[in-house]
Amino acid sequence: MTTGAPAASAADPRRPTAEAPALRIRGLVKAYVPGTPVLRGIDLDFAPRGITAIIGPSGTGKSTLIRCINRLVEPTAGEILFEGQDLTRLRGAALRLARRHIGMVFQEYNLVERLTVMENLLCGRLGYVTPLNAWLRRYPPRDVERAFELLDTVGLGPHAHARADSLSGGQRQRVGIARAVMQEPRLLLADEPTSSLDPKTSVEIMALVAALSEKHGFPVIINIHNVALAKRFAGRIVGMTGGRVVYDGAPEAITDAHLQTIYGGEDWLH
Amino acid sequence: MSAAARRAFVPNWWARAAWVAFALYVLYAASQLEFTPARFLAGIEHGAKFVARLFPPDLSRLALLAKGMAESLQIAVLASVLGVLISAPLALAAARNLMPAWATWPARAVMVLCRSFHPVIVAILFVKAVGFGALAGILALTVASVGFLGKLMTEAIEEISLKQVEAVRATGAPFASLVTYAVLPQVFSRLVGFVSYETDANLRNSTMVGIVGAGGIGGTLFAAFQRFDYDFVCTIVLTIIALIMAGEVLTVRVKRVFRA
Repeated sequence: MTTGAPAASAADPRRPTAEAPALRIRGLVKAYVPGTPVLRGIDLDFAPRGITAIIGPSGTGKSTLIRCINRLVEPTAGEILFEGQDLTRLRGAALRLARRHIGMVFQEYNLVERLTVMENLLCGRLGYVTPLNAWLRRYPPRDVERAFELLDTVGLGPHAHARADSLSGGQRQRVGIARAVMQEPRLLLADEPTSSLDPKTSVEIMALVAALSEKHGFPVIINIHNVALAKRFAGRIVGMTGGRVVYDGAPEAITDAHLQTIYGGEDWLH
Repeated sequence: MSAAARRAFVPNWWARAAWVAFALYVLYAASQLEFTPARFLAGIEHGAKFVARLFPPDLSRLALLAKGMAESLQIAVLASVLGVLISAPLALAAARNLMPAWATWPARAVMVLCRSFHPVIVAILFVKAVGFGALAGILALTVASVGFLGKLMTEAIEEISLKQVEAVRATGAPFASLVTYAVLPQVFSRLVGFVSYETDANLRNSTMVGIVGAGGIGGTLFAAFQRFDYDFVCTIVLTIIALIMAGEVLTVRVKRVFRA
Protein backbone atom coordinates (compact mmCIF):
# COMPACT_ATOMS: atom_id res chain seq x y z
CA MET A 1 0.00 0.00 0.00
CA THR A 2 1.31 3.42 -0.92
CA THR A 3 0.88 6.52 1.13
CA GLY A 4 1.82 8.96 -1.62
CA ALA A 5 -1.01 11.33 -2.48
CA PRO A 6 -1.17 12.47 -6.08
CA ALA A 7 -2.53 15.95 -6.50
CA ALA A 8 -5.93 16.13 -8.10
CA SER A 9 -5.63 16.96 -11.79
CA ALA A 10 -7.82 16.91 -14.85
CA ALA A 11 -6.69 13.37 -15.72
CA ASP A 12 -7.16 12.15 -12.16
CA PRO A 13 -9.36 9.03 -12.15
CA ARG A 14 -10.73 10.13 -8.76
CA ARG A 15 -12.24 13.21 -10.31
CA PRO A 16 -15.99 12.71 -10.81
CA THR A 17 -16.86 12.10 -14.44
CA ALA A 18 -19.71 13.35 -16.58
CA GLU A 19 -21.40 9.93 -16.65
CA ALA A 20 -24.98 9.51 -15.45
CA PRO A 21 -25.03 9.98 -11.66
CA ALA A 22 -24.98 6.89 -9.42
CA LEU A 23 -26.65 8.84 -6.65
CA ARG A 24 -29.06 11.71 -7.07
CA ILE A 25 -30.34 13.63 -4.04
CA ARG A 26 -33.32 15.92 -4.53
CA GLY A 27 -34.87 18.29 -1.97
CA LEU A 28 -33.55 16.33 1.00
CA VAL A 29 -34.84 17.69 4.32
CA LYS A 30 -34.23 16.24 7.75
CA ALA A 31 -35.71 17.70 10.92
CA TYR A 32 -35.04 15.71 14.11
CA VAL A 33 -37.34 18.17 15.87
CA PRO A 34 -40.31 19.24 13.72
CA GLY A 35 -39.87 22.82 12.57
CA THR A 36 -36.09 23.02 13.05
CA PRO A 37 -34.55 21.24 10.07
CA VAL A 38 -30.90 20.18 10.13
CA LEU A 39 -30.85 19.67 6.37
CA ARG A 40 -32.77 22.39 4.54
CA GLY A 41 -33.23 21.01 1.04
CA ILE A 42 -30.14 19.35 -0.39
CA ASP A 43 -29.78 18.75 -4.14
CA LEU A 44 -26.65 16.83 -5.14
CA ASP A 45 -25.60 14.39 -7.84
CA PHE A 46 -22.75 11.94 -7.42
CA ALA A 47 -20.94 10.35 -10.32
CA PRO A 48 -20.31 6.58 -10.38
CA ARG A 49 -16.61 7.14 -9.74
CA GLY A 50 -14.41 9.52 -7.78
CA ILE A 51 -14.14 10.91 -4.30
CA THR A 52 -16.38 13.72 -3.11
CA ALA A 53 -15.47 15.41 0.16
CA ILE A 54 -18.14 17.16 2.19
CA ILE A 55 -16.74 19.87 4.43
CA GLY A 56 -18.46 22.17 6.87
CA PRO A 57 -18.63 23.16 10.53
CA SER A 58 -19.73 20.72 13.24
CA GLY A 59 -23.49 20.39 13.58
CA THR A 60 -24.21 21.47 10.03
CA GLY A 61 -25.74 18.14 9.06
CA LYS A 62 -22.88 16.38 7.23
CA SER A 63 -23.31 13.19 9.26
CA THR A 64 -27.08 13.44 8.93
CA LEU A 65 -26.76 13.74 5.15
CA ILE A 66 -24.59 10.65 4.90
CA ARG A 67 -26.84 8.67 7.25
CA CYS A 68 -29.94 9.64 5.28
CA ILE A 69 -28.43 7.96 2.23
CA ASN A 70 -28.30 4.50 3.83
CA ARG A 71 -31.30 5.29 6.03
CA LEU A 72 -29.57 4.98 9.39
CA VAL A 73 -31.42 8.29 9.76
CA GLU A 74 -34.93 8.66 8.35
CA PRO A 75 -35.20 11.61 5.94
CA THR A 76 -38.12 13.94 6.58
CA ALA A 77 -38.66 14.84 2.94
CA GLY A 78 -36.97 14.53 -0.44
CA GLU A 79 -35.73 11.82 -2.76
CA ILE A 80 -32.51 9.81 -2.78
CA LEU A 81 -32.17 7.95 -6.04
CA PHE A 82 -29.47 5.26 -6.00
CA GLU A 83 -29.10 3.47 -9.34
CA GLY A 84 -32.57 4.65 -10.20
CA GLN A 85 -34.23 3.42 -6.98
CA ASP A 86 -35.67 5.87 -4.42
CA LEU A 87 -34.00 4.79 -1.17
CA THR A 88 -36.36 6.90 0.95
CA ARG A 89 -39.31 4.68 0.02
CA LEU A 90 -37.69 1.31 0.79
CA ARG A 91 -38.78 -0.80 3.73
CA GLY A 92 -37.76 -4.10 5.32
CA ALA A 93 -36.01 -6.57 3.03
CA ALA A 94 -35.81 -4.13 0.10
CA LEU A 95 -33.98 -1.62 2.31
CA ARG A 96 -31.55 -4.31 3.52
CA LEU A 97 -30.86 -5.37 -0.08
CA ALA A 98 -30.08 -1.76 -1.00
CA ARG A 99 -27.83 -1.34 2.07
CA ARG A 100 -25.75 -4.35 1.03
CA HIS A 101 -24.36 -2.28 -1.83
CA ILE A 102 -23.61 0.82 0.26
CA GLY A 103 -20.53 0.46 2.47
CA MET A 104 -19.97 2.74 5.42
CA VAL A 105 -16.87 3.77 7.36
CA PHE A 106 -17.26 5.48 10.74
CA GLN A 107 -15.34 8.07 12.75
CA GLU A 108 -14.95 5.73 15.72
CA TYR A 109 -14.54 2.66 13.49
CA ASN A 110 -17.63 0.97 15.03
CA LEU A 111 -16.07 -2.48 14.93
CA VAL A 112 -17.68 -5.19 17.03
CA GLU A 113 -15.01 -5.05 19.72
CA ARG A 114 -15.33 -8.58 21.02
CA LEU A 115 -15.24 -10.27 17.63
CA THR A 116 -12.05 -11.10 15.77
CA VAL A 117 -10.76 -9.06 12.85
CA MET A 118 -11.88 -11.80 10.46
CA GLU A 119 -15.38 -11.89 12.00
CA ASN A 120 -15.59 -8.12 11.63
CA LEU A 121 -14.62 -8.35 7.98
CA LEU A 122 -17.22 -11.05 7.38
CA CYS A 123 -19.82 -8.73 8.94
CA GLY A 124 -19.64 -7.09 5.53
CA ARG A 125 -21.17 -10.27 4.08
CA LEU A 126 -24.08 -10.49 6.56
CA GLY A 127 -26.44 -9.07 3.95
CA TYR A 128 -25.60 -11.99 1.67
CA VAL A 129 -25.65 -15.05 3.99
CA THR A 130 -28.58 -16.45 5.96
CA PRO A 131 -28.69 -15.69 9.71
CA LEU A 132 -28.23 -19.39 10.54
CA ASN A 133 -25.13 -19.75 8.37
CA ALA A 134 -23.79 -16.46 9.76
CA TRP A 135 -24.32 -17.65 13.33
CA LEU A 136 -22.61 -20.97 12.61
CA ARG A 137 -19.80 -19.03 10.86
CA ARG A 138 -20.46 -20.88 7.60
CA TYR A 139 -19.44 -18.47 4.87
CA PRO A 140 -18.86 -19.28 1.19
CA PRO A 141 -15.14 -20.09 0.68
CA ARG A 142 -15.02 -17.23 -1.84
CA ASP A 143 -15.97 -14.72 0.90
CA VAL A 144 -13.31 -16.02 3.26
CA GLU A 145 -10.67 -15.93 0.53
CA ARG A 146 -11.66 -12.37 -0.34
CA ALA A 147 -11.46 -11.39 3.32
CA PHE A 148 -7.89 -12.69 3.58
CA GLU A 149 -6.92 -10.89 0.38
CA LEU A 150 -8.41 -7.65 1.65
CA LEU A 151 -6.66 -8.05 4.99
CA ASP A 152 -3.36 -8.30 3.11
CA THR A 153 -4.31 -5.25 1.05
CA VAL A 154 -4.93 -3.14 4.15
CA GLY A 155 -1.76 -4.52 5.76
CA LEU A 156 -3.37 -6.56 8.54
CA GLY A 157 -2.75 -10.06 7.23
CA PRO A 158 -1.21 -11.42 10.44
CA HIS A 159 -4.02 -10.01 12.63
CA ALA A 160 -6.91 -12.07 11.21
CA HIS A 161 -7.61 -13.81 14.50
CA ALA A 162 -6.84 -10.93 16.86
CA ARG A 163 -9.78 -9.43 18.70
CA ALA A 164 -10.82 -6.06 17.27
CA ASP A 165 -10.36 -4.30 20.62
CA SER A 166 -6.67 -5.29 20.68
CA LEU A 167 -5.87 -3.12 17.63
CA SER A 168 -4.69 0.48 17.45
CA GLY A 169 -6.88 3.26 16.04
CA GLY A 170 -5.31 3.20 12.59
CA GLN A 171 -5.51 -0.59 12.44
CA ARG A 172 -9.14 -0.51 13.49
CA GLN A 173 -10.02 1.95 10.77
CA ARG A 174 -8.32 -0.32 8.24
CA VAL A 175 -10.57 -3.14 9.44
CA GLY A 176 -13.56 -0.78 9.18
CA ILE A 177 -12.65 0.03 5.58
CA ALA A 178 -12.03 -3.63 4.73
CA ARG A 179 -15.44 -4.51 6.24
CA ALA A 180 -17.13 -1.95 4.00
CA VAL A 181 -15.25 -3.17 0.91
CA MET A 182 -16.25 -6.77 1.75
CA GLN A 183 -19.80 -5.70 0.92
CA GLU A 184 -18.71 -5.24 -2.71
CA PRO A 185 -20.14 -1.74 -2.42
CA ARG A 186 -21.33 0.35 -5.34
CA LEU A 187 -21.06 3.40 -3.07
CA LEU A 188 -18.88 4.03 -0.03
CA LEU A 189 -19.93 6.49 2.65
CA ALA A 190 -17.29 7.68 5.12
CA ASP A 191 -18.24 9.74 8.16
CA GLU A 192 -15.18 11.58 9.48
CA PRO A 193 -12.97 8.51 8.99
CA THR A 194 -9.79 10.30 10.05
CA SER A 195 -11.02 12.54 12.88
CA SER A 196 -9.90 10.14 15.61
CA LEU A 197 -6.49 9.50 14.04
CA ASP A 198 -3.10 11.20 14.09
CA PRO A 199 -2.05 13.24 11.00
CA LYS A 200 0.21 10.57 9.49
CA THR A 201 -2.31 7.79 9.96
CA SER A 202 -5.04 10.08 8.57
CA VAL A 203 -3.14 10.46 5.31
CA GLU A 204 -2.53 6.70 5.12
CA ILE A 205 -6.21 5.98 5.68
CA MET A 206 -7.27 8.49 3.01
CA ALA A 207 -4.74 7.01 0.58
CA LEU A 208 -6.11 3.54 1.30
CA VAL A 209 -9.68 4.67 0.62
CA ALA A 210 -8.57 6.35 -2.59
CA ALA A 211 -6.67 3.26 -3.76
CA LEU A 212 -9.57 0.90 -3.01
CA SER A 213 -12.05 3.26 -4.67
CA GLU A 214 -9.95 3.23 -7.82
CA LYS A 215 -9.26 -0.51 -7.76
CA HIS A 216 -12.86 -1.61 -7.17
CA GLY A 217 -14.48 1.29 -9.00
CA PHE A 218 -16.91 2.61 -6.40
CA PRO A 219 -17.62 6.29 -5.72
CA VAL A 220 -16.85 7.65 -2.24
CA ILE A 221 -18.67 10.35 -0.30
CA ILE A 222 -16.56 11.42 2.62
CA ASN A 223 -17.32 13.83 5.46
CA ILE A 224 -14.11 15.42 6.57
CA HIS A 225 -13.03 18.25 8.85
CA ASN A 226 -9.54 18.57 7.49
CA VAL A 227 -9.72 20.88 4.46
CA ALA A 228 -6.12 20.14 3.43
CA LEU A 229 -6.83 16.39 3.35
CA ALA A 230 -10.03 17.01 1.42
CA LYS A 231 -8.19 19.07 -1.20
CA ARG A 232 -5.43 16.47 -1.46
CA PHE A 233 -7.61 13.40 -2.01
CA ALA A 234 -11.00 14.49 -3.31
CA GLY A 235 -11.85 15.28 -6.90
CA ARG A 236 -14.79 17.41 -5.81
CA ILE A 237 -15.60 19.37 -2.68
CA VAL A 238 -19.05 20.13 -1.36
CA GLY A 239 -19.14 22.84 1.32
CA MET A 240 -22.09 22.91 3.67
CA THR A 241 -23.21 25.39 6.26
CA GLY A 242 -26.48 25.76 8.13
CA GLY A 243 -27.94 22.68 6.47
CA ARG A 244 -27.41 23.96 2.90
CA VAL A 245 -24.83 23.43 0.18
CA VAL A 246 -22.85 26.66 -0.26
CA TYR A 247 -19.96 25.39 -2.38
CA ASP A 248 -19.81 22.62 -4.94
CA GLY A 249 -16.81 22.40 -7.20
CA ALA A 250 -13.21 21.49 -7.78
CA PRO A 251 -10.81 21.40 -4.82
CA GLU A 252 -8.34 23.76 -6.47
CA ALA A 253 -11.07 26.35 -7.05
CA ILE A 254 -11.91 26.72 -3.38
CA THR A 255 -10.73 30.04 -1.95
CA ASP A 256 -10.44 31.65 1.47
CA ALA A 257 -13.65 33.52 0.66
CA HIS A 258 -15.41 30.20 0.16
CA LEU A 259 -14.00 28.86 3.41
CA GLN A 260 -15.23 31.98 5.22
CA THR A 261 -18.72 31.39 3.82
CA ILE A 262 -18.59 27.74 4.92
CA TYR A 263 -17.08 28.10 8.38
CA GLY A 264 -17.71 31.79 9.17
CA GLY A 265 -15.16 34.20 10.60
CA GLU A 266 -11.69 34.68 9.18
CA ASP A 267 -9.19 34.78 12.06
CA TRP A 268 -8.72 30.99 11.91
CA LEU A 269 -7.57 31.18 8.29
CA HIS A 270 -4.36 33.06 9.08
CA MET B 1 -25.08 39.65 47.20
CA SER B 2 -26.91 38.95 50.46
CA ALA B 3 -25.39 36.89 53.28
CA ALA B 4 -27.92 34.06 52.76
CA ALA B 5 -27.08 33.70 49.08
CA ARG B 6 -23.37 33.31 49.85
CA ARG B 7 -23.79 30.26 52.13
CA ALA B 8 -21.89 27.32 50.66
CA PHE B 9 -24.33 24.67 51.93
CA VAL B 10 -28.06 25.30 51.95
CA PRO B 11 -29.82 23.35 54.73
CA ASN B 12 -32.48 21.01 53.38
CA TRP B 13 -35.14 21.09 56.13
CA TRP B 14 -37.38 18.62 54.30
CA ALA B 15 -34.60 16.01 54.17
CA ARG B 16 -33.83 16.53 57.88
CA ALA B 17 -37.50 16.14 58.81
CA ALA B 18 -37.68 12.95 56.73
CA TRP B 19 -34.68 11.46 58.58
CA VAL B 20 -36.23 12.26 61.96
CA ALA B 21 -39.55 10.72 60.90
CA PHE B 22 -37.73 7.59 59.69
CA ALA B 23 -35.88 7.21 63.03
CA LEU B 24 -39.15 7.61 64.96
CA TYR B 25 -40.80 4.93 62.79
CA VAL B 26 -37.97 2.44 63.48
CA LEU B 27 -38.45 2.94 67.25
CA TYR B 28 -42.23 2.59 66.87
CA ALA B 29 -41.93 -0.64 64.85
CA ALA B 30 -39.55 -2.12 67.45
CA SER B 31 -41.99 -1.33 70.28
CA GLN B 32 -44.98 -2.79 68.35
CA LEU B 33 -43.24 -6.11 67.71
CA GLU B 34 -41.95 -6.47 71.31
CA PHE B 35 -38.40 -6.50 70.02
CA THR B 36 -36.83 -6.30 73.49
CA PRO B 37 -33.40 -7.29 74.83
CA ALA B 38 -34.99 -9.70 77.35
CA ARG B 39 -36.72 -11.72 74.61
CA PHE B 40 -33.54 -11.70 72.54
CA LEU B 41 -31.50 -13.13 75.44
CA ALA B 42 -34.11 -15.87 76.07
CA GLY B 43 -33.98 -16.72 72.39
CA ILE B 44 -30.21 -17.15 72.47
CA GLU B 45 -30.62 -19.70 75.29
CA HIS B 46 -33.16 -21.74 73.24
CA GLY B 47 -30.85 -21.49 70.27
CA ALA B 48 -27.93 -22.87 72.29
CA LYS B 49 -29.99 -25.93 73.30
CA PHE B 50 -30.99 -26.50 69.68
CA VAL B 51 -27.42 -26.23 68.44
CA ALA B 52 -26.31 -28.74 71.09
CA ARG B 53 -28.84 -31.27 69.77
CA LEU B 54 -27.56 -30.91 66.20
CA PHE B 55 -24.40 -32.82 67.03
CA PRO B 56 -23.21 -35.35 66.22
CA PRO B 57 -24.76 -35.43 62.71
CA ASP B 58 -26.84 -38.53 61.94
CA LEU B 59 -25.24 -40.46 59.07
CA SER B 60 -27.63 -43.41 59.09
CA ARG B 61 -30.02 -42.23 56.38
CA LEU B 62 -27.62 -41.36 53.58
CA ALA B 63 -29.77 -43.00 50.86
CA LEU B 64 -32.69 -40.70 51.70
CA LEU B 65 -30.32 -37.73 51.77
CA ALA B 66 -28.76 -38.61 48.40
CA LYS B 67 -32.15 -39.05 46.75
CA GLY B 68 -33.36 -35.64 47.99
CA MET B 69 -30.13 -33.86 47.06
CA ALA B 70 -30.08 -35.40 43.58
CA GLU B 71 -33.64 -34.22 43.02
CA SER B 72 -32.79 -30.68 44.20
CA LEU B 73 -29.82 -30.57 41.85
CA GLN B 74 -31.98 -31.69 38.94
CA ILE B 75 -34.63 -29.09 39.77
CA ALA B 76 -31.99 -26.35 39.87
CA VAL B 77 -30.32 -27.33 36.59
CA LEU B 78 -33.57 -27.84 34.66
CA ALA B 79 -35.07 -24.59 35.98
CA SER B 80 -31.91 -22.69 34.99
CA VAL B 81 -31.87 -24.15 31.47
CA LEU B 82 -35.57 -23.46 30.93
CA GLY B 83 -35.11 -20.00 32.47
CA VAL B 84 -32.35 -19.09 29.99
CA LEU B 85 -34.30 -20.46 27.01
CA ILE B 86 -37.36 -18.38 27.91
CA SER B 87 -35.72 -15.23 29.24
CA ALA B 88 -33.20 -14.67 26.40
CA PRO B 89 -35.79 -13.97 23.68
CA LEU B 90 -37.95 -12.17 26.23
CA ALA B 91 -35.05 -9.88 27.18
CA LEU B 92 -34.41 -9.09 23.52
CA ALA B 93 -38.07 -8.16 23.10
CA ALA B 94 -37.91 -5.98 26.22
CA ALA B 95 -34.80 -3.99 25.25
CA ARG B 96 -35.94 -0.42 24.59
CA ASN B 97 -32.91 0.42 22.45
CA LEU B 98 -33.72 -2.29 19.88
CA MET B 99 -37.47 -2.81 20.05
CA PRO B 100 -40.54 -0.61 19.66
CA ALA B 101 -42.81 0.09 22.64
CA TRP B 102 -45.45 -2.44 21.58
CA ALA B 103 -42.86 -5.21 22.10
CA THR B 104 -41.09 -3.93 25.21
CA TRP B 105 -44.14 -3.32 27.40
CA PRO B 106 -45.67 -6.82 27.22
CA ALA B 107 -42.22 -8.41 27.67
CA ARG B 108 -41.55 -6.23 30.70
CA ALA B 109 -44.97 -7.01 32.14
CA VAL B 110 -44.24 -10.76 31.95
CA MET B 111 -40.91 -10.26 33.75
CA VAL B 112 -42.42 -8.12 36.49
CA LEU B 113 -45.14 -10.72 37.00
CA CYS B 114 -42.50 -13.47 37.27
CA ARG B 115 -40.62 -11.46 39.90
CA SER B 116 -43.68 -10.41 41.89
CA PHE B 117 -43.80 -13.42 44.20
CA HIS B 118 -41.24 -15.32 46.18
CA PRO B 119 -40.41 -18.71 44.60
CA VAL B 120 -41.99 -20.51 47.58
CA ILE B 121 -45.35 -18.81 46.95
CA VAL B 122 -45.10 -19.65 43.24
CA ALA B 123 -44.21 -23.23 44.25
CA ILE B 124 -47.42 -23.45 46.35
CA LEU B 125 -49.42 -22.37 43.28
CA PHE B 126 -47.72 -25.00 41.09
CA VAL B 127 -48.20 -27.74 43.69
CA LYS B 128 -51.93 -26.94 43.55
CA ALA B 129 -51.81 -26.94 39.74
CA VAL B 130 -49.64 -29.97 38.87
CA GLY B 131 -49.54 -31.87 42.18
CA PHE B 132 -46.76 -32.71 44.63
CA GLY B 133 -43.28 -33.44 43.28
CA ALA B 134 -40.31 -32.10 41.40
CA LEU B 135 -42.32 -30.80 38.41
CA ALA B 136 -43.90 -28.11 40.60
CA GLY B 137 -40.44 -27.12 41.86
CA ILE B 138 -38.98 -26.96 38.35
CA LEU B 139 -41.83 -24.76 37.14
CA ALA B 140 -41.68 -22.48 40.19
CA LEU B 141 -37.93 -21.88 39.84
CA THR B 142 -38.26 -21.45 36.08
CA VAL B 143 -40.68 -18.61 36.72
CA ALA B 144 -38.25 -17.05 39.19
CA SER B 145 -35.35 -17.46 36.73
CA VAL B 146 -37.29 -15.85 33.88
CA GLY B 147 -38.08 -12.84 36.05
CA PHE B 148 -34.56 -12.40 37.34
CA LEU B 149 -32.52 -13.31 34.22
CA GLY B 150 -34.93 -11.42 32.00
CA LYS B 151 -34.45 -8.20 33.94
CA LEU B 152 -30.65 -8.46 34.08
CA MET B 153 -30.33 -9.47 30.42
CA THR B 154 -32.60 -6.61 29.36
CA GLU B 155 -30.43 -4.13 31.24
CA ALA B 156 -27.28 -5.61 29.72
CA ILE B 157 -28.72 -5.32 26.21
CA GLU B 158 -29.81 -1.74 26.85
CA GLU B 159 -26.26 -0.81 27.84
CA ILE B 160 -24.55 -2.03 24.65
CA SER B 161 -22.79 0.34 22.27
CA LEU B 162 -25.23 1.23 19.51
CA LYS B 163 -22.33 2.27 17.29
CA GLN B 164 -21.47 -1.37 16.74
CA VAL B 165 -25.12 -2.13 16.02
CA GLU B 166 -25.31 0.79 13.59
CA ALA B 167 -22.27 -0.47 11.68
CA VAL B 168 -23.67 -3.98 11.30
CA ARG B 169 -27.11 -2.60 10.37
CA ALA B 170 -25.43 -0.51 7.65
CA THR B 171 -24.14 -3.69 5.96
CA GLY B 172 -27.72 -4.74 5.21
CA ALA B 173 -27.66 -7.55 7.78
CA PRO B 174 -31.04 -9.11 8.63
CA PHE B 175 -32.24 -8.60 12.20
CA ALA B 176 -31.30 -12.10 13.36
CA SER B 177 -27.72 -11.61 12.16
CA LEU B 178 -27.68 -8.19 13.79
CA VAL B 179 -28.48 -9.90 17.09
CA THR B 180 -25.85 -12.63 16.75
CA TYR B 181 -23.09 -10.32 15.45
CA ALA B 182 -23.66 -6.92 17.08
CA VAL B 183 -25.66 -7.62 20.25
CA LEU B 184 -24.64 -11.06 21.50
CA PRO B 185 -20.85 -10.46 21.46
CA GLN B 186 -21.36 -7.33 23.56
CA VAL B 187 -23.41 -9.04 26.27
CA PHE B 188 -22.23 -12.66 26.20
CA SER B 189 -19.70 -12.58 29.03
CA ARG B 190 -22.19 -10.77 31.26
CA LEU B 191 -24.87 -13.32 30.39
CA VAL B 192 -22.56 -16.11 31.53
CA GLY B 193 -22.19 -14.27 34.84
CA PHE B 194 -25.95 -13.82 35.24
CA VAL B 195 -26.72 -17.43 34.40
CA SER B 196 -24.14 -18.80 36.82
CA TYR B 197 -25.52 -16.50 39.54
CA GLU B 198 -29.07 -17.62 38.81
CA THR B 199 -28.03 -21.29 38.85
CA ASP B 200 -26.49 -20.65 42.26
CA ALA B 201 -29.75 -19.05 43.46
CA ASN B 202 -31.77 -21.92 42.00
CA LEU B 203 -29.56 -24.41 43.82
CA ARG B 204 -30.36 -22.69 47.14
CA ASN B 205 -34.06 -22.29 46.35
CA SER B 206 -34.36 -25.89 45.15
CA THR B 207 -33.50 -27.00 48.67
CA MET B 208 -36.42 -24.91 49.94
CA VAL B 209 -39.36 -25.49 47.60
CA GLY B 210 -39.62 -29.02 49.02
CA ILE B 211 -41.04 -27.51 52.23
CA VAL B 212 -44.28 -26.85 50.37
CA GLY B 213 -44.16 -30.21 48.58
CA ALA B 214 -42.49 -29.17 45.33
CA GLY B 215 -39.76 -31.81 45.42
CA GLY B 216 -36.11 -31.90 46.44
CA ILE B 217 -34.28 -32.13 49.75
CA GLY B 218 -36.51 -29.46 51.35
CA GLY B 219 -39.30 -31.95 52.07
CA THR B 220 -36.89 -34.27 53.86
CA LEU B 221 -35.43 -31.36 55.81
CA PHE B 222 -38.85 -30.13 56.89
CA ALA B 223 -39.93 -33.63 57.97
CA ALA B 224 -36.76 -34.02 60.05
CA PHE B 225 -37.50 -30.69 61.77
CA GLN B 226 -41.07 -31.75 62.51
CA ARG B 227 -39.88 -35.04 64.10
CA PHE B 228 -37.15 -33.25 66.14
CA ASP B 229 -34.49 -35.32 64.31
CA TYR B 230 -32.06 -32.45 64.74
CA ASP B 231 -29.01 -34.65 64.14
CA PHE B 232 -30.38 -35.57 60.70
CA VAL B 233 -31.21 -31.89 60.11
CA CYS B 234 -27.52 -31.21 60.77
CA THR B 235 -26.46 -33.75 58.13
CA ILE B 236 -28.83 -32.25 55.56
CA VAL B 237 -27.75 -28.68 56.31
CA LEU B 238 -24.05 -29.55 56.03
CA THR B 239 -24.68 -31.32 52.72
CA ILE B 240 -26.54 -28.28 51.37
CA ILE B 241 -23.64 -26.04 52.39
CA ALA B 242 -21.22 -28.39 50.62
CA LEU B 243 -23.38 -28.35 47.49
CA ILE B 244 -23.59 -24.55 47.41
CA MET B 245 -19.82 -24.29 47.89
CA ALA B 246 -19.17 -26.78 45.10
CA GLY B 247 -21.52 -24.73 42.91
CA GLU B 248 -19.57 -21.58 43.76
CA VAL B 249 -16.26 -23.17 42.75
CA LEU B 250 -17.82 -24.41 39.52
CA THR B 251 -19.31 -21.03 38.56
CA VAL B 252 -15.96 -19.31 39.16
CA ARG B 253 -14.36 -21.81 36.79
CA VAL B 254 -17.08 -21.40 34.17
CA LYS B 255 -16.84 -17.61 34.27
CA ARG B 256 -13.08 -17.77 33.88
CA VAL B 257 -13.45 -19.92 30.75
CA PHE B 258 -15.84 -17.41 29.12
CA ARG B 259 -14.12 -14.22 30.22
CA ALA B 260 -11.58 -14.28 27.39
